Amino acid sequence: MNAYEIVLKSREKGRPTAVQYIEKITEGFIELHGDRRFADDAAVVGGIGTICGKPVTVIGIEKGADTADKIAHNFGCVHPEGYRKAMRLMKEAEKFHRPVLCLVDTSGAYCGIGAEERGQSEAIASSIMEMIRLKTPALSIIIGEGGSGGALGLSAADEVWITETATYSVISPEGCASILWKDAQKVEEASACLKLTANDLFGLHAVERVLEEKGFSDEFFADLKESVAAFFESKKDVPPEQLVQQRYERFRKY
Amino acid sequence: MAEKCEKCGKIILSDEMKEHFGVCPKCGHYKKLSARERISMCAENFGELFADVAGENVLGFPGYDEKIAALRAKTGEKDGVVCGEGEIGGVRCAIFSMDYRFMMGSMGHTVGEKITKTFEYATEHRLPVVGFVLSGGARMQEGIISLMQMAKTSAAVAKHGEAGLLYISVLTDPTTGGVSASFAFEADIIMAEKGALIGFAGPRVIEQTIRQKLPEGFQRAEFLQKKGFADLIVERREMKEKLSLLLRYHNTTEAAQ
Repeated sequence: MNAYEIVLKSREKGRPTAVQYIEKITEGFIELHGDRRFADDAAVVGGIGTICGKPVTVIGIEKGADTADKIAHNFGCVHPEGYRKAMRLMKEAEKFHRPVLCLVDTSGAYCGIGAEERGQSEAIASSIMEMIRLKTPALSIIIGEGGSGGALGLSAADEVWITETATYSVISPEGCASILWKDAQKVEEASACLKLTANDLFGLHAVERVLEEKGFSDEFFADLKESVAAFFESKKDVPPEQLVQQRYERFRKY
Repeated sequence: MAEKCEKCGKIILSDEMKEHFGVCPKCGHYKKLSARERISMCAENFGELFADVAGENVLGFPGYDEKIAALRAKTGEKDGVVCGEGEIGGVRCAIFSMDYRFMMGSMGHTVGEKITKTFEYATEHRLPVVGFVLSGGARMQEGIISLMQMAKTSAAVAKHGEAGLLYISVLTDPTTGGVSASFAFEADIIMAEKGALIGFAGPRVIEQTIRQKLPEGFQRAEFLQKKGFADLIVERREMKEKLSLLLRYHNTTEAAQ
């Protein structure tokens, strides 16, 4: 597959969304709603469940499965209240030293009047800053599209993993082609230039692990569950200050 | 020497323009300032730091090397930010100032690295940071590396803040995208220059997304203050004075007495 084919694959209908990941890898998930400021953003699904018997706070950007569901979740385009909900849930996890798992799948944070009025920039900026100094282990997995700042808002983690046909990019290839070359037709070229595929990102040390998808079979989810549990187990006894320092160094290297 | 106001088109003597801090005496339009013009307008005894930091074309992005080389020759700057240490109203502080002439202050590795170093330097020397922000956002030619600058700078801002030190960001026209969604909005005090366009998405992108015209004044400094996201709006001619006062109110070292 070339880069553009992977871009299309990362957006493909039928690809598992965050809610499906939550169903497959957690047990007893209880969803917690709202940012306690303005609203409950359905583009972000957050709550607590167990993974291999250990409680984990899971926060996912949900695109929705079918058309009605996509509309309900605003196609995974998060409003400021979504980032504020995520932040609130992360702080709650921190208080009880419970690990945080973020599942990232968004074409980008929502662009609109309400989003600007309610401080989209401030919400994303705070989310990055709070997550990067969170005193509890955090792992982010890009499961589809990792669209720019909207994805980074939930990806300032100890490690960032990505599934093999997911992407993570500073701008969509369409946006890049139209801004840089004033030509939306050059989207294939832009896809390649941006180095946004899982393998490219791994080569750039932007992600720690590329996850083999295995057709999103039960085996894939079983493996993922084991890997996530093992990751949090490895971080369990790291003192919070050391965890924060290691995260600082992770992002300092870029 | 004379120049033409980019808004009203009137010819203004350059000296007169300078006397008015780059604000058109005829129509009041705020001309964009280079990074160094901005610093000299607000600070004294400025000494530049990290001038040697210059990144590379990490992704091998086509045409990017040529673009950078041309801009370096044209502006005399290595990239879109000037950093250093100086005094504002007699208070020593670390300063960064972004330059519109360099791809509208977009943030790639060099810009992110210099700003991060500025915060680390300020943390180490226990200095406040004053940042003059001007940026269209992340620099797409550096792909994921430019996105990572948002996280890197944010981490450095957080550490500086945890050390009990003051950070004032001055948002100027324009402040959007990845810069807006990182260190621009992580300050203790967020100052917005009068009339500046400040937002996450640019107005054209929003209009294309929602397929309607945006109201007059949308995403301008005044709108931001009204919505609760800017502490104060400052006119250019009073900026130095406002910064001086705020720095003094926060200053606890004897050097300021």
